[in-house]
Amino acid sequence: MDLILDIKNLTMNFGGLKALDGVNLHIRQGEIAALIGPNGAGKTTLFNCLTGIYAPSSGDILLYQPGAKPKRLNGLKINTITSLGVARTFQNIRLFGGMTVLENVMIGRHARSKSGILGAIFRPPATRVEEKAIVDKSYAILEYIDLAPYVNELAKNLPYGAQRRLEIARALATEPRLLLLDEPAAGMNPQETRELEGLLVRLQADHELSILLIEHDMKLVMNLARNIFVLDYGEEIARGTPLEIRHNPAVIKAYLGEEADAEIG
Amino acid sequence: MKYAPELKRSATIALWLILLTFPIMVIQVNTIENIVVWRWMNIAGVGTVAFVLSFLWQIYQHRKTESPLPVSAHLPAFQRLLADPKLYRPMLIFIAAFALVFPFTASHYQINIMSTALIYIMLGLGLNIEVGLAGLLDLGYVAFYAVGAYSYALLNYHFGLGFWTLLPAGALLAAFFGILVGFPVLRLRGDYLAIVTLAFAEILRLVLENWNALSFGPSGISNIPRPGLFGIELTLEQSAVYMYFLLIALCLLTIFVIYRLQHSRIGRAWVALREDELACQAMGIDKTRAKLTAFALGATWAGMAGVLFAAKTTFINPASFTFMESAMILAIVVLGGMGSIVGVIIAALAIILLPEYLRVLGDYRMLLFGAALIGMMVFRPRGLITPSSRTYVFQPSEHQERT
Repeated sequence: MDLILDIKNLTMNFGGLKALDGVNLHIRQGEIAALIGPNGAGKTTLFNCLTGIYAPSSGDILLYQPGAKPKRLNGLKINTITSLGVARTFQNIRLFGGMTVLENVMIGRHARSKSGILGAIFRPPATRVEEKAIVDKSYAILEYIDLAPYVNELAKNLPYGAQRRLEIARALATEPRLLLLDEPAAGMNPQETRELEGLLVRLQADHELSILLIEHDMKLVMNLARNIFVLDYGEEIARGTPLEIRHNPAVIKAYLGEEADAEIG
Repeated sequence: MKYAPELKRSATIALWLILLTFPIMVIQVNTIENIVVWRWMNIAGVGTVAFVLSFLWQIYQHRKTESPLPVSAHLPAFQRLLADPKLYRPMLIFIAAFALVFPFTASHYQINIMSTALIYIMLGLGLNIEVGLAGLLDLGYVAFYAVGAYSYALLNYHFGLGFWTLLPAGALLAAFFGILVGFPVLRLRGDYLAIVTLAFAEILRLVLENWNALSFGPSGISNIPRPGLFGIELTLEQSAVYMYFLLIALCLLTIFVIYRLQHSRIGRAWVALREDELACQAMGIDKTRAKLTAFALGATWAGMAGVLFAAKTTFINPASFTFMESAMILAIVVLGGMGSIVGVIIAALAIILLPEYLRVLGDYRMLLFGAALIGMMVFRPRGLITPSSRTYVFQPSEHQERT
C-alpha cells in the first residue's frame, strides 16, 4: 500500500534536551497506526513537530499527496499543514468553550472555504451558498459523530466524553487525509472507550482516513492499530504489529522497568 | 437555625468593618480643647448597617443558588426583550422616531452631546472588533482616532481636500496604521499586547505634541471646515443638526457592517482566535491574517470617528487623544458586554451622557459615576448584555437553517 506519511530521522532539541532523537515512522494510506510509550517519551512532541507547532531541529517529515510530489512539512505554518490535509486533536481538550458545538465544527470548515471581508459585508450569493454549505456540512458531521442533540449547546457545557468526540468532529471538518489523535480515550469510561473504538473503525472505513493515535489504553491500541511504534526517551525502541509489540522485551522493559517479565495488553 | 452560617459570616464582616473604620469613625481629636472625643455611637451604626446589608446580600445569593432557573430565564429581563420580535420591533420604531425628532426639539447643547455620544458608539463598536471579538486587548485605540482626526485636519489644511474625500481617506490611513501596529505585536497576547499598544498611542501623541512642523504642536489646528451639504451655507445650529444626522447614518452603517462581519466566516475566526489561539490555527485559520484584519478593521472605524470628531469640533490638538480616551472607549466595550453590539451602544450612551446629565449634582457627579461603574462590575461582571450565540434549528437528516 502507498505511504501517506514518512518521517525520517526526526530530531527535536530543546536546548540541551533531545525530546526526539532520530525517530523514523511511516503510515500507509488508510491505516490506523498507534504511537505509544511511557509519559515523557516524546509522543506529543512528535505530533507538535508534525503539525507545525514546533519546527524540527533536523530530519524530514514527508506528506504524500495524490498525484503530486511528497510535501516536506518541516517548518510550515500550522494552518498551512491543516490545509494540506493533516488534522489533530489535543491531549488536553482545546475546544472553543464559549462557542456552540455547531460553531466549533464550523470553524473547522475555515480552511475549506474562502469568503473574505467584502463577502462578509455584502453577502453576495456565492457567500450565502458557501455559508449554508458550511452549516449543512458541519451539521452532517455532528450527526455522523452522534453529537447532533448538542448542536446549540456551548462546547464547555458538554460532558467530558462528548467534548473529546467534538474535538474529533472539529478535526474532521477540515477534511483531513491524515488524522492525528492525541489520547482520545483519556478520561473516558469503558463504555465511552468502546464507542470511540467503533467510531474510529467507522471513520477509517467510510472516509479511507489514515489515523495516527497516541494512546495509553492498551486494549484500544491493540484492537485498532495495525502498526504500532513505541517511543522511549525520544528514541524509537520498537515497531510492529500488536502481537510483536506485546512480546517485545524492550517495550516491556520500558513500561514495567528492569526486572519485570510480564507482558502488556 | 436556617441561616446560621450566613449570620456568622455577616457578623464577621461587620466586626471586620468596625475594626477597619475605627480610627476615622470613632476617634476624633478636638484640637481646640485638646481632648479626644470617642464617638462610640458611630461604630454601632457602622456595625449594624454592615451586618444588615451583608446578611440581606447573602440571603439573596442563597436564594439564587437554591432555585435553579431554566437557561432562558437566566437572561436578564432586558435581554429577553431583545430576543422577542413582538417586543423589540415597537421599541426600535420608538427609538427611530426619537432619533428623528430629537434634533428639532432639543437645544444646541443637547444635540452636541448626543453627537459626541454617537461618535463614541462608533469608537466602541470599532474597538469591539479588536477586544470583544478577536480578544486583542488594545489600550492604544485612541491612536487610530487621532490618525483619523489629524488626516482630515492636515490634508484639508495643506491640500484643501474636502470632508467627503477625507472621510474614506482617514479611515484607510487609520487601517494602514492598524496594520502597522499589528505587525510587531503579532506574537504578543494579553497584557503584553496591551502594553505595546499603549506605548504606540503614547508615542503618537508625543509626536503630535512635539513635531510642530507637522502637527502644529500643542496649539493644535483650528478652523477645520464642517462637512458641506451641496455647497449650502449652514448656520451653526443647522450644521449641528446636519452633523447629528450624518453621525446617525454612519452609526447605522457601522452597526450593519459589524453585524455582518460578526456573523461571517471571518467573525467566527476572530472569536476562535480569542478562545484558543493554538486550536484556532490547527483548524486552518491563518493567525497573522486574522489578527491583522481585526486590527485594520477596528482601526478603520476609529479613523472615521476621528474625521467626524475633527469636523464636528473644528479644532483638534493632542490633548484630545490621551490615554484617558482609550480607557473610556475600553470601558464602553467592557461595560456593554464584550462582543455585543447592542450592549456597546447602550454603554456608550450611558458613559457619555450620564456625566453630562449628572451635572446638576455638581462635584458628586464623578463620584456617582464611579459608583455606578463599580456596581455594574459587581452585579453584571460580563457586561450589560451577554452576547448570545446564534441558534440553528435543524430537522434531522434534512437540515434547514432558520436563524
